[in-house]
Amino acid sequence: MSNQPIFSLTGVCKKYGKKTALDGVDLTIQPGEVLAVLGPNGAGKTTLINLMLGRLSLSDGQISLLGEQPGSLGAKRQTGAMLQVANLPDNLKVKEHIHLFQSYYPAPMPYQQIIDYAGLTDVENTLTKNLSGGQKQRLLFALGICGNPKLLFLDEPSVGMDIEARRGLWQAIRDLRAKGTAIVLTTHYLEEADALSDKVVVINQGKVVTQGTPQQIKAHVSTKVIRFTSETDVGVLSDVADVSQIKSSGKYYELQSSHPVNSLKSLFTLLPDIEDLTVTGAALEDAFLTLTEQTGA
Amino acid sequence: MNATQPTTVKLLPIYWLESKMEVLKMWRSPGFAISSLLFPVMFYTFFGLLFTMNADNMSTYLLATYGTFGVIGPALMSFGVGVAVERGQGWFDVKEASPMPASAYIIARIAVSLVFSVAVIMCLFTLGATFGDVKLLQSQWLLLCIVLMLGSLPFCAIGLAMGLSLKSNTAPAVVNLTYLPMSFLSGLWVPINMFPETMQNIAHFLPPFHLAQLALKVIDMDIGGNVWLHFGALLAYGLVFFALAMMAYNKKDKS
Repeated sequence: MSNQPIFSLTGVCKKYGKKTALDGVDLTIQPGEVLAVLGPNGAGKTTLINLMLGRLSLSDGQISLLGEQPGSLGAKRQTGAMLQVANLPDNLKVKEHIHLFQSYYPAPMPYQQIIDYAGLTDVENTLTKNLSGGQKQRLLFALGICGNPKLLFLDEPSVGMDIEARRGLWQAIRDLRAKGTAIVLTTHYLEEADALSDKVVVINQGKVVTQGTPQQIKAHVSTKVIRFTSETDVGVLSDVADVSQIKSSGKYYELQSSHPVNSLKSLFTLLPDIEDLTVTGAALEDAFLTLTEQTGA
Repeated sequence: MNATQPTTVKLLPIYWLESKMEVLKMWRSPGFAISSLLFPVMFYTFFGLLFTMNADNMSTYLLATYGTFGVIGPALMSFGVGVAVERGQGWFDVKEASPMPASAYIIARIAVSLVFSVAVIMCLFTLGATFGDVKLLQSQWLLLCIVLMLGSLPFCAIGLAMGLSLKSNTAPAVVNLTYLPMSFLSGLWVPINMFPETMQNIAHFLPPFHLAQLALKVIDMDIGGNVWLHFGALLAYGLVFFALAMMAYNKKDKS
């Protein structure tokens, strides 16, 4: 493999009227690299993907993609995309969809290989309308990879997939990466980004908040969420240790804690009547909000 | 990177596959297919066969105009509603992100529209010949069929422009509100010479009028306009709306 990046973005800006969706994004990816794009809803993830697919025009900056213009036929023939789709045409069989998409590419991936990667062996002859949500996602994945792409876009690929299907997808992504396919992945699941990506970029309000390996990013988002019910007055909660945010609705409480052990210790001493206690990893979006506040973006 | 890999694709196999899939999709949803055939067939049966007001060659006259009505419907629907719905689903985005040639998408839908046209024409011809005592020369049957089929193409362009511009939830209503009044005003349901003069003048601006006149010309029942004028009007409509469709297709930053 040469050291030519698969794509490079320099100072990419996108404005919708007065609203700035992306503001000066620089990004590159090498062959065989998996890049996870993370960020809350409305952060600019989809805008970024659509710019790279050539579906949106740039307000400023440059995108070079496999030496072609984004959206050109030359670029499309070397890329694959799994987009979020509300529905697929109902009355085609899985194999018919795949054969059709294969025909668009100069050097498509062999049919059987697509089926194996996407885990569609049992449903090749099933009409799309009879597929489960997860199977539809797998079909979309199959359509994304069927051109043997050098660059693959996966927009929230595992939404609606059960655990088994997700594992299958992850394995397929790893195999493709081992073959040298560069992959851009947007996801809400930190776990997914963690398991798959070599590089993570966090976007918020159109700006790159941070870039790095999953390990580097995870260090930023180590907060936990503590939920419980209690009849005690809210005022007491401001004394709980290491809590960054408090939400309440009636007797339901939700706290964000940077050190859950410390927070729980003080919670138990302050509130005698805690019930239904759970501690979970912070939702990625919440974590990003904290992250953005910290970086002052 | 890999010099041995082909970098081009053959268009014909794509056109064939794309059309085949599009026809299969339609074939497998008979509800939609039947309802599209039902209107012209039902209307023709009522007004062309059962209640033929006065003239005894009304069945023949209305065969041409309901034939026109029958072929422009699927053209407007398959493109206008079909494309808008696929855009609404996000499926169109997937197609657009793939290297599918835009021409394949259009040709496949034209294929569907033509299959519909043939079905409508065959139904109407059979009804007319069997129950309406319609007697035409063999060459007239054939020419009428060809005129109607080719005549549906400008309506494919109009439908495509609508499908690429309309939202999926409003498309069926807008397409029907164009299709039905335009058909009536063009004299497809009631012979144009029964209209008051102002309405006849309006009809000259409507594309179905020109197709109907060409179809009626085949059976010598038209109002006597110039063939090339009708042909030119249809061609102009087709080209203008195709250009509009291409502008809508190539526009970036679609919502």
